[in-house]
Amino acid sequence: MSDLALDISLTVNGEAVHERVEPRKTLVDFLREDLSLTGSHVGCEHGVCGACTVRVNGEIVRGCLMLAVQCDGVKVETIEGLSDSGEVADLQTAFEQRNALQCGYCTPGMIAAAQDLLLQPQLRGGVPSRDKIREHLSGNYCRCTGYHAIVDAVESVAQARAGGKQ
Amino acid sequence: MKITDDSPPVLTTLDRPNSYIGRSVPRPNLQRLTQGRGQYVSDVTLPRMAHVAFVRSPHAHARITSIATAAAKKSPGVIAVITGAELAKVMTPWIGVLTHLKGLKSAPQYPIAVERACWQGEAVCAVVARSRAEAEDACELVEVAYEELPAVTDPETALDAKTPVIHAALGDNLCFERKLDVGSVDKAFASSDAVVETTFIFGRHTGVTTEARAVVADWNAGEQRMIVYHATQAPHMMQNLFAKHLDLAEHQVRVLTKDVGGSFGIKVHTYADEMATVALSKLLKRPVKFVADRIESFVTDIHARDHRIKAKIGVNKDGTITAFEIDDLTGIGPYSVYPRTSGIEANQVVNLTGGPYTCPNYRAQARVVFQNKNVMCQYRAVGHPIAVAVTEGLVELAAAKIGMDPLEIRRRNLIADDAYPTQSAAGLKFEKLSHHESLAHLDSMMNYAGVRAEQKKLREQGIYRGIGFASFIEVTNPSAAFYGVGGARITSQDGATVKLDAQGAIIVHSGVTEQGQGAEAVLAQCVATSFGVSLDKVRVVTGDTDNTPYGGGTWASRAAGIGGEAAWQAGKALRGNVLAVAASILQAKPETLDIRNGIVVDKVTGTERLPLDELARIAYFRPDTLPPGFQAELMATRHYVPRAWPFAFTNGIQASYLEIDVDTGFVKLLKHWCVEDCGTIINPQLVDEQIRGGVVQGIGAALFEQCLYDERGQMLNGNMADYLVPMAVEMPDIECGHVVSPTADSELGAKGAGEAGTAGAPACVMNAINDALRPLGAKALTDMPFTPDKILRALGKV
Repeated sequence: MSDLALDISLTVNGEAVHERVEPRKTLVDFLREDLSLTGSHVGCEHGVCGACTVRVNGEIVRGCLMLAVQCDGVKVETIEGLSDSGEVADLQTAFEQRNALQCGYCTPGMIAAAQDLLLQPQLRGGVPSRDKIREHLSGNYCRCTGYHAIVDAVESVAQARAGGKQ
Repeated sequence: MKITDDSPPVLTTLDRPNSYIGRSVPRPNLQRLTQGRGQYVSDVTLPRMAHVAFVRSPHAHARITSIATAAAKKSPGVIAVITGAELAKVMTPWIGVLTHLKGLKSAPQYPIAVERACWQGEAVCAVVARSRAEAEDACELVEVAYEELPAVTDPETALDAKTPVIHAALGDNLCFERKLDVGSVDKAFASSDAVVETTFIFGRHTGVTTEARAVVADWNAGEQRMIVYHATQAPHMMQNLFAKHLDLAEHQVRVLTKDVGGSFGIKVHTYADEMATVALSKLLKRPVKFVADRIESFVTDIHARDHRIKAKIGVNKDGTITAFEIDDLTGIGPYSVYPRTSGIEANQVVNLTGGPYTCPNYRAQARVVFQNKNVMCQYRAVGHPIAVAVTEGLVELAAAKIGMDPLEIRRRNLIADDAYPTQSAAGLKFEKLSHHESLAHLDSMMNYAGVRAEQKKLREQGIYRGIGFASFIEVTNPSAAFYGVGGARITSQDGATVKLDAQGAIIVHSGVTEQGQGAEAVLAQCVATSFGVSLDKVRVVTGDTDNTPYGGGTWASRAAGIGGEAAWQAGKALRGNVLAVAASILQAKPETLDIRNGIVVDKVTGTERLPLDELARIAYFRPDTLPPGFQAELMATRHYVPRAWPFAFTNGIQASYLEIDVDTGFVKLLKHWCVEDCGTIINPQLVDEQIRGGVVQGIGAALFEQCLYDERGQMLNGNMADYLVPMAVEMPDIECGHVVSPTADSELGAKGAGEAGTAGAPACVMNAINDALRPLGAKALTDMPFTPDKILRALGKV
C-alpha cells in the first residue's frame, strides 16, 4: 500500500464501508478485491464491454472507468445487492427461463443495464421497442447469445411490468 | 415476447414417461450466474496466493541479448523475477505436431521465450508479486535488451528463398501442406459453359471471450500435488499436459474448472503464459494466479482464419456444378499450437469445400506457413466459415453468371436427401443429411418469394437490399479420427457416473464441461429421462479431474452427442440396478417394474410400489433387511465413443437479409434465418441459442472483426475500442428452424449444434451484400470483413 493511499467511506449494497485505497485502484477492482464482491466482472478494462456495470447513486456506471477514491460518500449497488433486494428478480427469472445467458460473465452488467432502461422515466411504464432495447444494451458485450434471447427476456419483463398491456 | 417455460413434449423413440428429451427446460445452474454468484477462475483467491505479470516482447522477432532483473526484484511486493532460461529448468518445451497430418512440423516452444522472441506479445520474463498491480509495477523495471531480427509477416512471401527462415532447424517456413485431386478437374473446367474465378480473403480474428484466460496453480509440496483452477474446455487434456511437462504423474495433477466466461475454442489450447504460471507455482511452492488483461488477450489468445484462397468453379447453363478448385494459403504465427496443431484449419478447408454438393471433380492445395505474428489455431467452427464462404460464394457467383436463382442452383446440386449413406468428393462420409428438406423449410420460413418481391420494389425506390444464402455441413461428435490417431492424448470418448443418493436424488459426474452451452442441462435431461426422475432431483458435476470420468471436455460440438449418450446409458444402467433392489424388496421380477417420476411403479399399470427415498433408505441404512447374498449397486458408469462414423456430420442452410446505405457503405442487418439438422434435439431452446450465438460470431467475422498488423508484425488494434465485435444494436433477430435426422450410431441420435451458426453466417452475409450491390455494377466483394470503406470502393465511390 503506497503512502498515497486515501480513506474512503461509502455505502455498498446498503452496508457502510470504510477502506483505505490506492488512488489508482478502479471501483471494480475495489469491489472485487477489497470487498470480495466478485459478481461485477472485468472484461475490457476500458469502458467498452459493460461487464463491470454497477449502480452509483442510482446511475449505472462502468466500474473500470471510475476510481475507488471517487466513491467517497456515494451509494454503490452491485449485482449482489440488486439480487438480495429482489429488485431485479423478474429480470433474473426471465433471463433464466429464456436462456438469455450462456457463460453468464456479461449477465450482471446486462441485468443492471436492462433495469436502468426499464426504470427510465420517459418510458412512463410502457414497453420499449426491440430496437430501443438493443440500443440501450449496446454498451454491454455478450459473446455467447447473439443478443436475441436477451432482447426477448427484457421485452417480456417490460411487458409484465406494464401489466400485460401491449 | 412471451416466455413459456417449456415446449410441448415431443414423442420420439426416446420417449419414456416424463421424458425430458425434446423439451426446452431451463438450465438448472443459472441462478448463481444471474445473481453474480458464479465462480470464475478470475474470482478465485487462495491463502498465500501470488500474482504473476509478464514482460512481453515489443518486437515481432528479436534476439534477447540480456535481461536485467535486479531493480525489479527490489520493487515493493515482489516475490520472484524469473526468466525463460530459469523456468526451462522446471518445465520442458513442447512441439505442436500430429502424426496423421503428414509432414506437419514445428519448433520447440517454451513457457517463457528463451534467447529469442518470435511474436509481439510473447512473454520474455515473469514477475511474481503479492498483487497484480505490484507485479506490473516491477515489470516496468525489468530491462530487456533486444536485437531486432527481420520479421516474416506476409504469408505470400514466407516461402520465398530470400525470406528469412524463422526456425533454422526446420529448413523453411512451411508448417504443413496438403494436396487433393479428385475426378477430372481440368477436363470438367474445359467443358463447362462458364467458369468463375476469384480470390477470397479472410481476416485474422479472435475469440474475445468476455472473461480473459485465467489460471490459478497451487503446488502443494507437502502432498506433491498440483491443483490447477483453470478456465479450460478440456480438463483431462490439460491434466496430461501439465503433468507431462512438469515431469509429474497425471494423478498428481488435479484440474478444476468451474464457471468459464466464454471459450469458443480459445480455451482448449496450451498457452505459454498459463504453462509458465503452473511452472512458477511448482518453483515457488505457493499458489500463483494469472489472468490475462485485455491487451494480453489480443496478442496471445489464439487467432484464427487469416486465409487467402484462390478459388474456381465450373458450371453449365442448366446449373450443374462441374468442378471446384481451391488454393489456400494461411499464416499461423511462429509455432504450431500444442497439442491440436495449427494445421487443422487448412486441413478442414480442404475437407469441407464443396461438401454439400454432388460435384465429383475437386482439386485443392493448402499451404500453412510460419510468420512472426501471434499464433493461430482452432476457433469455433474451425475451417467451416472459410470453406462455406468459398463454396457458397462461388455457387452464388456461378448462379449470377448463368442467370439462375441462388436457391434453384442449390436444388440442382445439393446431395439428394435419399442418397445416403454417401460421401463427398473430398472423401467425407455422410450417414444422413437433409439438404433439400432444410432448403425447402428455409424457403417457406422466410417467405423467400415475398422477400424477393419486397427487395425488387424497394430497389425501384433506390433502396438496396440483398438476400444471401449458405448451405453448410458441420463436423460434430468427433471420434478418435480427429486427434487420437495423430498421437495426441485428447480423448474422444466420454463417460458419466450416476449415483442414487440417500434421499433418492441422482448425482451425475461427467467428463464433458460447461462453458455456457448448457451441457449440464442436457446431461441432466438425459439422465432424468433414462433413469426416471424429475429434473429437480438431478445434480450434475463437471470440471474436476479427480472426480469425473476421464473425458474430452467440450469442443467440436461433442458435449450433447457424446457426453449426452454416455449420461443416457449411465442413467439406464442405474435404473437396472435400482430395479434389482426394488425387485428384491418387493419380491417382484425386475422386468415388471419401472421408475417414473422418482417412484418405482408397476410397469404395466403404473401403480406406485416404492418411492426412491424409501428404497435408498433401505439400501443404505438397512441393507441387513435385504435377502442374503444380495448387494445393492447404486452407482453406475457408462462410456461412449462414436464408432460407426469418424464424425457425425450435420447440415443446414442460412439466409441473410440486409440493406446497404450506398452513400456510407454501412450494412444494416434486417433478419437472419437458419434451418439446421443436428439429429435428435434434446433441448430445442439450447440448440436455438447455440445457433443464434454462433450466427452472431459469424456476422462479426463478416462485418467487423480483424486483428490488424503492420508489416513489422505489430498488432495495431489490440483493444476492444479498436477491434470491433457485434453489439446488440447492430444485430438482427435470428429465426431458427429444424429438420431432424438422428444418427444411428447412438441411442439418443443427437449430433452437435455448436458451430453451425458460425459456419454459415459469414458466407450468407457476403452473398447478401453482393446480391444488394450487383445491380449497381459493383465488383463482387470477397475480402472479409466487409467494412464500409470496402463497400464504397466496390461501388467506385472512394
